[in-house]
Amino acid sequence: MPANTAEQPTTTGYLAPSNEPMRGARILLEALVREGVDTIFGYPGGAVLHIYDELVRMGPRLRHVLARHEQGAVHMAEGYSKATGKTGVVLVTSGPGATNTVTGIANAYMDSTPLVVITGQVPRKMIGTDAFQEVDTIGITRPCTKYNYMVRDVRELAGIVHEAFYLAASGRPGPVVIDVPKDVTAEKTVLGEPPALRLPGYRPSALAEQKQVRQALERVLAASRPVLYVGGGIVHSAACDELLALAHALHIPVTPTLMGLGCFPSAHPLSLGMLGMHGTYWANMAMTEADLILAIGVRFDDRVTGALEKFAPKAEIVHVDVDASSLGKNVPTDWPIEGDAKAVIQQMLDTLHASGCRPSPRRLDRWWRQIEAWKAQAPLTYTKSSQVIKPQQLCEELDRLTGGRAIVATDVGQHQMWLAQYYGFRSPRQLLTSGGLGAMGYGFPAALGAQIALPEHQVIAFVGDGGFQMTAQELATAVQYGTNTKIVIMNNNSLGMVRQWQELFYDENYSHVDMEWTPDFVKLAEAYGARGLRATDPEELGAVLEKGLATPGVVVMDIVVELEENVYPMIPPGAGINEMVLE
Amino acid sequence: MRHTLSILVENRYGELARIVGLFSARGYNIESLTVAETLDPGISSVTLVTSGDDRTIEQIVKQVNKLVRVLDVTDLTSHSHFERELVLINVKTETNAAMQTVLSLVSRNHLRVVEVMEDGLIIEATGEWKQINSLVKELMPFGIRHIVRTGTVAVWKQPSAEVRDLVGAHRARQSGPPAEYSQEGNKP
Repeated sequence: MPANTAEQPTTTGYLAPSNEPMRGARILLEALVREGVDTIFGYPGGAVLHIYDELVRMGPRLRHVLARHEQGAVHMAEGYSKATGKTGVVLVTSGPGATNTVTGIANAYMDSTPLVVITGQVPRKMIGTDAFQEVDTIGITRPCTKYNYMVRDVRELAGIVHEAFYLAASGRPGPVVIDVPKDVTAEKTVLGEPPALRLPGYRPSALAEQKQVRQALERVLAASRPVLYVGGGIVHSAACDELLALAHALHIPVTPTLMGLGCFPSAHPLSLGMLGMHGTYWANMAMTEADLILAIGVRFDDRVTGALEKFAPKAEIVHVDVDASSLGKNVPTDWPIEGDAKAVIQQMLDTLHASGCRPSPRRLDRWWRQIEAWKAQAPLTYTKSSQVIKPQQLCEELDRLTGGRAIVATDVGQHQMWLAQYYGFRSPRQLLTSGGLGAMGYGFPAALGAQIALPEHQVIAFVGDGGFQMTAQELATAVQYGTNTKIVIMNNNSLGMVRQWQELFYDENYSHVDMEWTPDFVKLAEAYGARGLRATDPEELGAVLEKGLATPGVVVMDIVVELEENVYPMIPPGAGINEMVLE
Repeated sequence: MRHTLSILVENRYGELARIVGLFSARGYNIESLTVAETLDPGISSVTLVTSGDDRTIEQIVKQVNKLVRVLDVTDLTSHSHFERELVLINVKTETNAAMQTVLSLVSRNHLRVVEVMEDGLIIEATGEWKQINSLVKELMPFGIRHIVRTGTVAVWKQPSAEVRDLVGAHRARQSGPPAEYSQEGNKP
């Protein structure tokens, strides 16, 4: 942090004089601090010069992490938020600064990550004149934000910040953009108290109607083949303990989505593992044969349902979600319940308790025997080789060496699916992954953001060679801030998942999926001042990972794996989830 | 099936764009759209005609409701309501016979002639969407030079208490002209 000489720290720190008018730039930063923000990820530029001018005067009250690309800054803020549950904050300039954030904003929107993204804008008088670095940020981000604001008067600024944080984190969380014209940040006003929120049209649901909860619970108890299907909503509402209690009380099989991994311990006997396109055979068969699906904090994404007309044909569906528009969107729901996952599960537990009903675990014995049979029929498996490292083996080794306790961030693709299958996530907020948007380049900066939030924690970016090259420049950030971020590259010198689809569904007509030139990742790491290690032989895999994970500082581990390996099981496009290809 | 939605939204910069953007982004159809202030200048009333099966309409209503500044969305199709549309039609009447026929059509249908020209008439008509459609069909053979329709507006017969309160109708009757809409904290 550059020390500032103009404003000396007092005994209370770099406190702003509370009743004197100050620049909009300072108002903005003070309003952030008032929301509990201590770290922002950003990149300076012309339209945010006043803000950056004030930023150094904030001293240690507000830490700024300088990314090397605005996309990196947003993904860092996402990782920071996903790992901690706090709202991530980004500060960028107008024009290209703003457009570079769009991938991250869209990603946060799809995966319900609370973010506040502050973008600079040209001065008010120049808006609409195609000014230098002018872009319609509000228009561009409108469809991928929960809400966005243009600040038209400095006196609105503090109130907007307050409202933005409330919107970002409440209900179904999401990103909020605040577009601030440069001249607004130069105008002066007093900070004042935060105004009361006035959002008459915004009523995030909490408790469900008790009658609905009772009816749904009756259906669940009457079912002979029930499945509990859970996702990111459990993580966002911090409902993991309640979920565990409910699963125990009902002795019901639980299958998490990709976004839900860790919300229920993967190794728990009631867990079926992840469902969906690359989920376990038994989870998908259980969904297909179920007579009741209790879905909580999920959205029946196409990667979960496969062909809709073949999805869960025998099941009555109870769907609990905080977002009413998720209910019945993709799949008709018999018992839609609008409510917060934690509150509704607690209502279910209370109802169960009050009724004195203690469902016998034996009542589902037949169902559990059937599930065990599916498990035995098609376990998750792969063939090890003495010649080449198998990607699944890499994931298993990472699980073993970290005790399944690391925070792991991924991009999208084969490596992401193998990690989901072979890493035993124990707790929520352990897997940071680009689920809905499927953005390559997310994993490494997200891991870095998580590491900055939790410096004592083991954080690993588990990425492919393709995705890593999309945001590898953030190695400079990782080194500059003295982090211990570890990067494990599953290197098959190919865009593996696209290659897999070309192999299986396009007659092996490989089109532009092989990286004919890839940098030497070890040298690249060294060029950035990080450590670089490589493993190509299965014999050395364990030792290289162990050394890399134990080495302080930023370490890039380039793990060269089998190219020909495919992710199985797999639901082919257009097929039902019971029509899995097993190998 | 055709559905008429009544939407109440805070009257702020850019809120209409959110509603319209939602329809285009999700592939929903907008057949007509009208927007104007309510008695409360802080609230706009939108009448939007769309079409789709029941599940699509349910999803549209939920998605619009999810917009932060939208105060109420009602599918009027399931409520007792009145719909009207205004149309201005510039129709050719190049012969006397044509003029006579159009004028008798005007009087038979209680329409208004707003302008008489040498070789044509500008007709104003209000009615339900279907009535306007059949009027247009009747006038087509004469030759329509220009036609502009306002799109449907709709009013509830028995609006819910919540909506009555929102649009300020209640307040206006009890306390005279609507109070200035205040945006504590968000408007200077």
